[in-house]
Order: sequence, then structure tokens, then C-alpha cells
Amino acid sequence: MMSKIHVSTTVNGQPEEALCEAQQSLLDLLRDELGLTGTKEGCGTGDCGACTVLLDGRLVCSCLVLGAEAQGKEVTTIEGIADADGLHVVQQKFLEHAALQCGICTPGFIVAAKALLDKNPDPDETTIRYWLAGNLCRCTGYDKIVRAVQDAAQELAHSS
Amino acid sequence: MAKVVFPDHLLSHTNGERELEVDCNSFRSLVQALNRRWPGIDEVLEKTAVAIDGQIYQDAWLEKIGPQSEVFFMQRIEGG
Amino acid sequence: MAEAVELKAIGTRPVRPDGVDKVTGRANFGADMALPGMVHAKILRSPHAHARIKTVDVSKALQLDGVHAAISGKDLPQEGANDLSVNILARDKALYHGHAVAAVAARTPDIAERALELIHVEYEPLSPVLSIDDAIADGATLVNENMYTNGDRSLAPSNVAAKQSFERGDVEKGFAEADVIVENAYRVPTAHQGYIEPHACVATINEGGRATVWCSTQGQFDVRSMTAGVLNKKVSDIKVIPSEIGGGFGGKTTIYLEPIAVKLSEISGRPVKMVMNREEVFRATGPTSATLCRIRVGAKNDGTITAATAWLAYEAGAFAGAPVGPGCMSVLAPYNLENFRIEGLDVLVNKPKVAAYRAPGAPQSMHAMECTVDEVARKIGMDPIDLRLKNAADEGTVAPYGPRFPAIGLVECLKAAKKHPNYVNKPDDGVGRGVAVGFWFNIGMQSSAEVRIAENGGVTIMEGNPDIGGSRASMCLMAAETLGVPYETINAHVGDTEATGFCNVTGGSRTTFATGLAVVQACEDIIAQCKERAALTWDLDVEQVDWQDGRAVPKPGVNADVQPLSLADIARSAGRTGGPLLGRASLNAQGPGASFSVNWTDVVLDRDTGKVDVLAFTAVQDAGRAIHPAYVEGQMQGGAVQGLGWALNEEYIYDQQGVMENAGFLDYRVPVASDMPMIECQIVEVPNPSHPYGVRGVGETPIVAPLAATSNAVRDLLGFRINDLPLSPPRVLEAIEENA
Repeated sequence: MMSKIHVSTTVNGQPEEALCEAQQSLLDLLRDELGLTGTKEGCGTGDCGACTVLLDGRLVCSCLVLGAEAQGKEVTTIEGIADADGLHVVQQKFLEHAALQCGICTPGFIVAAKALLDKNPDPDETTIRYWLAGNLCRCTGYDKIVRAVQDAAQELAHSS
Repeated sequence: MAKVVFPDHLLSHTNGERELEVDCNSFRSLVQALNRRWPGIDEVLEKTAVAIDGQIYQDAWLEKIGPQSEVFFMQRIEGG
Repeated sequence: MAEAVELKAIGTRPVRPDGVDKVTGRANFGADMALPGMVHAKILRSPHAHARIKTVDVSKALQLDGVHAAISGKDLPQEGANDLSVNILARDKALYHGHAVAAVAARTPDIAERALELIHVEYEPLSPVLSIDDAIADGATLVNENMYTNGDRSLAPSNVAAKQSFERGDVEKGFAEADVIVENAYRVPTAHQGYIEPHACVATINEGGRATVWCSTQGQFDVRSMTAGVLNKKVSDIKVIPSEIGGGFGGKTTIYLEPIAVKLSEISGRPVKMVMNREEVFRATGPTSATLCRIRVGAKNDGTITAATAWLAYEAGAFAGAPVGPGCMSVLAPYNLENFRIEGLDVLVNKPKVAAYRAPGAPQSMHAMECTVDEVARKIGMDPIDLRLKNAADEGTVAPYGPRFPAIGLVECLKAAKKHPNYVNKPDDGVGRGVAVGFWFNIGMQSSAEVRIAENGGVTIMEGNPDIGGSRASMCLMAAETLGVPYETINAHVGDTEATGFCNVTGGSRTTFATGLAVVQACEDIIAQCKERAALTWDLDVEQVDWQDGRAVPKPGVNADVQPLSLADIARSAGRTGGPLLGRASLNAQGPGASFSVNWTDVVLDRDTGKVDVLAFTAVQDAGRAIHPAYVEGQMQGGAVQGLGWALNEEYIYDQQGVMENAGFLDYRVPVASDMPMIECQIVEVPNPSHPYGVRGVGETPIVAPLAATSNAVRDLLGFRINDLPLSPPRVLEAIEENA
């Protein structure tokens, strides 16, 4: 049996140490080794976006990244979106707009939507739809998700 | 007399009789009357839904049936 | 009851009680459960669509380090093994590609995967039956040698598991009276529910034979009874704890994993976790039926439909049970017809056993009918909504399946659509518009609920329906309305099979209706108790006490110098007035109330690629009463987009050996955000007389009409009709080239 790989990484601002197997994905590292089950697996092939996290500020499907690749990097997961002041405005707007039904895709959407607004604070509807095109939602038909992101952008614009 | 109608898939249990009038005042008494006519049909009807005066019941055991009532047996509906 | 009263909570859009956990990653779904000492199980699946299984040898797998247990079909109880059991683990035949044949539990998922490769299975491949046409042809290979149509053993065995028909009036006379007749055959492909969360469970069983199962399901009580049935165990020896559920759409009303996990736990002495991957979800769960539907409609030039016939064949997969019954019952439901004949066939093929999918059976048959009606409207030059209004079923109409409709909202929906600005504004040049109506029966069935009042007046609802789309919020709103207390003081909890009373599945659009009814009645129980406690406190008769705005008050005219008692006041002193406040209700809800819809969509077409783009989509639907309008809209929008996906892209593509070639989200392409426009909703409210607040089920109807609405819109653009779905770029392009 192959020996495990020691990974030192930063997750949601906290240093973490973990042992992972060579073929283990970042998704499995987060869920199974670090107990961060907020990141979900919908396909394991990078097609659904439920496992979306930020890796050094870049959106990735964590099912397509090896756990060992997190070495020395910063990972942001859904568990790191809210802070001591409470929910992030994107999370708040998802709630207010009923932008989730079952909720399995929601962590991925919120991580991706926040990344969009961090990069582009005033996206139009088309930009939002294309940015989120890597995240599948089977319940909402996307309407209320897009409206939640539009509203979050507006609120961020007013508060800044 | 309540008017009682059977769908195709039950006709093999009613000797092909599709429609009849039954003197009854409740679903239970209706099933008892039908079972006297066609012994054993009660077990089939237990797996069947029924519409009484337009209202669909998956289980109508407790329902009243009036003299002018229309009773349609039908397949049970399941859903997603 | 509530008609005359102004509603305060119902109709508002508060944040759902489970919302914060779901936007922060705290909510636990099926795959999020872990137990100490847990091992992981994987399934070996048939590489053949149809094969006799001669031997299964797991001995080498058991020798691999880290393997705890391995089983095959013969390890499940054989006596009385039903279709469910044989689907969970194949016995003497593999009936579809991906059919489970054996399972291994090991220390890690990887070891379990490697152990699967060590299982030796000897197959004798048989020719697979892969289409309705092949299955019903003379001399067809039999999927099941013991299948007789309608159980009639006087006939030869057949792939047609069941046939049904119903007829009214004089069909030939009706067609003779028609000025125009349209006849067409339509194929709708196999589609998957496509929930984003794969099936997952953890099971453990102790030496006393008591099992606990954590799983993602639409119905924990059904998992309990099904698992008990497959394992030949007592229902009361199994406890099922439902996780949050990541979508189901009907596909999680049955089971695939749980008995295997319990069995492997029994052998290994460890908790066993099973999580499907996406490929397994496509190959071995769901989907819904592929269909072939022939429709003939005759009408007079004034639009009166004089006769209709429908011949509907539904693929069941490898076991009987396609939703052809509801397909037959819904196909003509929107129409008030004197003359019709409907025939339905439940057809076995070597494909996965179909499972319920949102309005099971209705989208396929109604696609065929609504396309045909569209052609009739074109032939006689009538607006498609006017044609439907001319023939619409209404209160008192005898439905094609027998009973008379009580109050229904089809006419109201059609009238609302006709004057909707999105309909009044005609499409631009180069834009096609299509209209269709949708229908679903809805169901009631059994539900239980408890309402528990904390010492500060806080309210906890305990019920048994997994919250798949905001139902906790609906329960809390109905409780807030009934009790007269603020929504924020109420929480709703979905209990396990031992914590809450029995509830049928979250499905059939029944939860807000039936479990909602139980919650309302449990709240009324609380109110009755509060009135008694207040009467006791005030030395009045209970008849002298009223409940108003969440407080006990003396009735008008009762001479009592007392202050009103709020729910919190009564709860605080409950210890001395008889103990904790606990309200209960259990019922078998009747009269769920059918829900009709009208949808229309505007599309454009790239004639070089064959790609259809949806510019606009509007849904009008009767909700009876929208308890939480945002979640009603959510059902309408989500159903619309699922229907659009099925219309435009989704299909199981099989090779000639019966192997699905697109078992992943890359190639089985469900709609993504950039494919879709906003989905505009108009909720029509024709209250259901069987519910105190007028609720109808709303969840299933939305997927029905989009298929034909899309087909009709593409027809409008092309000038000719493509009968089959999906209207994917290759099919549309081919049709354009053929018609050039």
C-alpha cells in the first residue's frame, strides 16, 4: 500500500494539516479528512459545480483537483463565506429570494456568485448566467438564483 | 340508488358489467353489496381509488354515499 | 373556513426555517453522514443489457486486505423476492446494463472498488430488447419469460406487461362529424430526474437485529417498509432517519442501496456507507419512460373537438410498472369530450426500471395531445388558447377517467393567459411561439403532525415529510395563520420513523396539502387546549372563550374582568393547568384538487446549427392558494426548466447493445443558467374546497406543458412539425435539411 501524502494547506484562513492518498481529490480531502461537508459532490467529473471552492482565489471544481495540490495554497469553501458579522450578502439574498429549494447545489452557487461579485461588482444578467453556467441546479430553473445575485450586487453597490 | 361505474381494468372482475345501480349509504356498504354480487372483488377494490361525486379518494372507507351519488372506480395515482 | 378571514401569514414570503443551514454548508445531506468504524460499499454492475447469470463468485474479493464483506443476489432472501428486490440485486438474469450483481464493503471506497474487479461473474449474454417497436413485435425476445399481459396465462408470454383502455361515446360518429382530422405519432425519449445529489445511505444493524438507516429519501417510512420487505425483516426493527434531500422529483420514492447496506453491516459488524456516483445514478436509477404516442383528433371548424383517440405505449424498463395509467388518465383531461378512446401499453425493455418522475406519465402523453391540438388550431385558423377555451374541462365536466371535476382552474388559467401581456404582445419576426396546457391529479394520502409548545410559547412542528423545496416554511406559515402567532416563533422538524407519526412520501404534490392539513388540525388541537386552560384560569366555561390573534379572550358578551392570555402566557403556566401543550393530528387526506396550467414560450432558431434558444417562457397555474408564493413560483420555474430540458436536449442515448452512451452531466445535458431566460409566473388561485386554506398541490403540473409548448413554438418557426423529442440541434438540423 502506498504511503499517504502530508498536506499543509490553509482552509478558510485557518492552517490545516492532513494526510491524503495520492489519488484523493481536494473534495474528498475537505469532506472526509477535514470534516468540511458543506462542499457537495454531484458528479465527480467537473460537470455540476456542486463542489465549487476557491483555490488561491480561483474558482475550481474540487472534485477535479487532487488533495495534494492544495499544499501551500489557500482554499475557501462555503464554510468560509459567512463571517463573525453574520451571513454574506449573497447568502442573505439567496434566502430572501427563495433561491434554493433542495439546497444541494447552493454551496457551490454561493461560492461562485460571491467570486463573481468580488471580481465584477456590477454584472448584467447575461454575465451572471454565463458565470454560473458551470453550476447545475435542477430545482429552481435558475430564475430566483439570478435575481438573488442581481439583488446582492445592488446591495453591495449601495453599502460601499 | 347510487350509480357505480367500473373502468376497463376491473371488468374482468364484474363479468364485463361496466355500470350498475346499487342501494347503499356508505362506501363500506357499497363494497359489501358488490362483494355479494362478485365474491372477492373487495380485495381488488382495496387497491383501487374511487371518485365519489367528483372527489377522488385513495381510501374511501369512511365516506358516505348518497342516493344520487356517482361512484367511479379508477386507478390509484402516485406521484413524483 | 378561512375564506372570510383576512390572511396574515399565508401568502407572505418569509425566509425558510432551514435556510441558514443550507446557505452555510451546515445542512447534512445523504453523503454527509459518517459513523465511527464505518466501512464503504460499492456495487458491481452488469456489463450486459440482457444476460443470464450463471455464477457469481465473491471469494477472491473477500481475500483482499481491507475487505469486510461481499454479497450477491443469492444472499438476499429468495422467497417472495419482488421486483424491488431483484432490481436491487439481480438473481438469475441481468436485465439492463448497470443492473447490480454483487456488492463489497471495505475499509475505504478505493479498496471496495478494487475488490469488485476480483468478483467473477459468468454471464450468458442474451439479445437485448431496446425499443417499444422491438418489444411488441411478433417473436420478440422476452425480457421476462414469465410475463403475461394483464396476468392472463391463457395467452403467450409477452413484453407487454399490461394493457388498458377506456372509451366513451361513439368515436367513429365523432370523427364523421369533424371538419378537420389530425393524426400523428410522437416519441419522447427516456429522461432522468437529474437530482444533483446521488443516492446515499449509511446503515448499521446490531446483534439484536435492529437496524438504523440514514439516507436521502422522499419518504423515510417507505424506505423502512421497502427495506423490511426485501430483507424479510419486521418493519419495527428498522429505523430510518432522513437526511436533507438534494432533489428527488419522484426518483427518491424508491430504494436501491439500503437493503444491501444493512446486509453488509450484518455480515461485517460495521456501519456501512454507500454513495452512488453520477454514472450509477444514470445507469441504474430513475429514469422515466420513453414513449410512443399516437393521437387522432377531429374538430369542427368552430373549434369543437368531436372525437379523439390516443394509443400510448410506455417503456417500463425491465420490470412492469410504467406510468402509463396516469398517462392515459391525463392525456385528454383538459378537454370536455363526448367521444374518445384511450389505449395504454406497459412495455418491458432491457433498460433500468422506471421510477416516478414529476407528474409521472403525463408529460409524454400530453405532449402528444397538445401538439395535435396545436395542429388542429392551425388547420382551422383559431387561436390556440381560444381552441382550448372552447373545449375546456370545468367544474362538472366528466373527466376522461370517469369522475366529474369539482372546482378546477383551467378556464381561469386560459383566460389569464389570453390577457397576459406576454401573450397579447405578438412575437417578432423570426420568433416562434407555442402554447400548451398541463394537468396533474395530485394526491392526498396519510400524514401525521404534532405541534409542541415550549415554555416560552415557541412552537415546534414535528412531521414526517423530507423538505425538498421549502415545505418547512409552508408548514410554519399555516401554523402561524392558524395559531395567530408570528412565523418567527415557529420551527418545523422532519422526524425519523420513530420520532414522528407516519407520513406517506413527499411526492404527488401532497406535502403542503396533506401534511399541511395535519399541521392545521394539530394547531386547532392546541387552540382547543389553550381555550380550556384559559377557561380554567378564568373560572369560565370553555364555550365562553375565544381564540383571537394568538390569544385566549372571553367571547363578546361574557362578563369577565380578565386580561387576554397569549400562547406564551398559557405555555408558561402549563404545568399547573394540566401539563405541556401538545397538539396532534393524523389523517388520510382526501380531495387534493387537480392543478391545471397554461404555458407558452417564444423561441428562436439558428438554422445553421439547429440550436433552439428559449427567449421567453410564461407559466400560468392554479395553485388553489399559494401558501408561500415564492416557493410556488419556484415549483413553476423549476418544472418549466426541467420540461424545457427534456424538450430540447435531454435523452438517454443507447448503443445497439443497450449501453447508455451519455451517462454523465457532460453528455446528458440538463439546462444551465445561460440556456434559460427568466421564467415568468402567474399564480391563479381557485381554492380547493378540501383544504381549510384552499391549497392544491403545485409541484408536478409545471413539468407537463413545457414539452408541447416548445414543440409547438419550433413548429411555428419551421412551418412543419418535428414529432419527436428532444429538439436537439442534430435532430432539428436533420429535419431542416429533409424539408429543404
